[in-house]
Amino acid sequence: MRPASPTRPRRVSLATREALWALAFLAIPLAFFLFIRIWPAFQALWLSLFNWHADPGQRVFVGSLHYQEMLQDPRLGQALRNTVLYTLLGVPTQLVLGLLVALLLNAITRWRDVFRAIYFAPYVTPAAAVAWVFSWMLSPNFGIVNEILGWLGLPAQPFLTSPTQALATVTLVVVWQNLGFQVVLFLAGLQNIPRDYYEAARIDGASSWQLFRHITLPLLNPVMVFSAVIGTIGFLQLFTQVVNLNFNDQGGPLGSTMTLALYIYQQAFLRLNLGYAAAITVLLFVLILVITLLQLRLLSRRVEY
Amino acid sequence: MLRVLVPLLVLFGLAWAQSPVTITYWQYDFRSKVEAVNELIKRFEAANPGIRVRHETFPYDAYQQKVATAIPAGQGPDVVNLFYGWLPTWVKAGYLQPLPEDLAKVLDNEFAAIAQASRVGGRLYGLPTAVRTLALFYNRDLLSAAGFRTPPKTWDEFIAIAAKLTVREGNRYTQLGYAMAPDGQDHHLVREVLVRQFGGRPYSDDGRRVLYGDAAGLRAFTFYTDWMRKHNVGILGNQFFPGNNAYRDAFIAGRVGMIIDGSFAIGTIRNGARFNWGVAELPNERAGARKVNYGSFWLHGLTPLATGAKREASIKFLQFLTSSETQRYWLEKVGELPARKDLIKDPQLTLDRVYGPFVISLAYAKATPFVDELGQRKVMTDAINRVLLENKDPAESWRMAAAEEQRLLDAFWKDWR
Repeated sequence: MRPASPTRPRRVSLATREALWALAFLAIPLAFFLFIRIWPAFQALWLSLFNWHADPGQRVFVGSLHYQEMLQDPRLGQALRNTVLYTLLGVPTQLVLGLLVALLLNAITRWRDVFRAIYFAPYVTPAAAVAWVFSWMLSPNFGIVNEILGWLGLPAQPFLTSPTQALATVTLVVVWQNLGFQVVLFLAGLQNIPRDYYEAARIDGASSWQLFRHITLPLLNPVMVFSAVIGTIGFLQLFTQVVNLNFNDQGGPLGSTMTLALYIYQQAFLRLNLGYAAAITVLLFVLILVITLLQLRLLSRRVEY
Repeated sequence: MLRVLVPLLVLFGLAWAQSPVTITYWQYDFRSKVEAVNELIKRFEAANPGIRVRHETFPYDAYQQKVATAIPAGQGPDVVNLFYGWLPTWVKAGYLQPLPEDLAKVLDNEFAAIAQASRVGGRLYGLPTAVRTLALFYNRDLLSAAGFRTPPKTWDEFIAIAAKLTVREGNRYTQLGYAMAPDGQDHHLVREVLVRQFGGRPYSDDGRRVLYGDAAGLRAFTFYTDWMRKHNVGILGNQFFPGNNAYRDAFIAGRVGMIIDGSFAIGTIRNGARFNWGVAELPNERAGARKVNYGSFWLHGLTPLATGAKREASIKFLQFLTSSETQRYWLEKVGELPARKDLIKDPQLTLDRVYGPFVISLAYAKATPFVDELGQRKVMTDAINRVLLENKDPAESWRMAAAEEQRLLDAFWKDWR
């Protein structure tokens, strides 16, 4: 006698079915991600091994040549240093100012939304327009900023036209533009912190600084990490403001505002060295990946109360 | 049977021959040029019923990027407008195909000499409609108020006028004699004009070697940077005035006595300036010395996408765009100088108070043999800025420039095929 085989139709459990459906829906964004994001990244890697030609049949394989060229390109070195400098200057400034403004806005109840809207406005203004207005305000001879410095008895500054000041000036413009976004993030974070913690701490006699140091700051950590990562990626890819703030000598004066992204753009599309440009995108990709992973590792802390 | 078939075939063949070929023309977005080309296409299509021309334009900032990506994708133009300085780069990367030999003869016989820069490696890759040169724009009102009745003929006169017109109140300038513009046209002025005027040569005849690094070149370069450092002719346009073309905008605002600019600036200055202004040939090193100028142009090239019937139609359209008739229309409509010799000789043009100095300069203008226009422009702009912004020794800055530009030339020619 054969043992009764379990011939009952196989039932898929509800949980599995839900998971399958979820996967089916996820497949669409996944496909998008693979073909629109990941695949071109690999193509760039492939492209970086060739000398560019409009006709794919005539692209000459050069192996690691472009990577060797990168080592001997002082203008690339300058762009790389500038990009790191932008990030080191810009991200902390953006975080500190953003937090400061958010704390102030959190302390008031009247007009908070109006102020928030005002701070947010620059973020939604086109970068080209922002750059244009700033280049007028910062004009060394006729600009309002030097006018104000004059009233204060301070000497006029060359700002964007000086190789030593241009990078910091561009950074400030970018920070000004990003500030609103930063403030909104921090405000949301602040409003998520339960009031009870503060009340309990206050009853125990904690000072305002202690409240900030031991409740606000730790509980804002997730927002902080998010802002730092997004801000860093933004500064590492800086492009539009740099182009528009010195339109006739993009990345100048003397290459002092040149970024990796702008250098890639110029090599690829204005000088048709798409192979070399692809090699630099690989460098930028690695840079962003390493820094982001480091940040996530160093900054993330689980805080529970 | 044959009696039916033959006429049918003939009819079919005729229909096929008549079926319109559509070609695509690309240029960057500049209002008067777009309108002019639209009108020209109408005329061309009326004269060539079998050909349709699609006209597509892009903002200037995005133009090269569009071309760079569209042609490899097979989606781009058949006839494309480009700056002559980009030509070698585009040819090397396979973005253009050579024109037939009979057009090369037309170039040699009928076009201004600077248009020879449409050749790369001995082959012709395009023809221009219009050309441009440099000249001195001056504010007649400011000059005469300071007691100068005529524009300067020599650089010494230029310096004297400019120094007198430069006005400083407290720690700011209210007026400049000359607005320095290294990233405007001054990098051309130094490289092609001053270097030659001081007895040097910017490049070897084949364009593969930088020669301006010698003593004559250095004298020219030092002379230029001394305008600001020693002679007080003015300051950098972009430190004086805001905006993308600060030197030109400041001139239009009536705050600068003189600028050096291309004939392409005539329209903007004419529309903007609310004072009496004039144009003069570039000053010379001394009266009677050999004159030099920098000439440049945009040309129409044939891309590899133009094949078969499209190639034939594209060549026809290219010939039409560079014909005498078109060039005359272009001068009226866009205000750019014609590229054909017979039109340039027209006394109406040479005697014109605005166009005249540019047209006359065309006879002795040279086009820099760029192979990496952006890279070479940066080399020269940076050479000037190192001295003016960082107080670097001119000799050191000039040596660095010559070395860096030679590296760019070598990089281009080393794997030229």
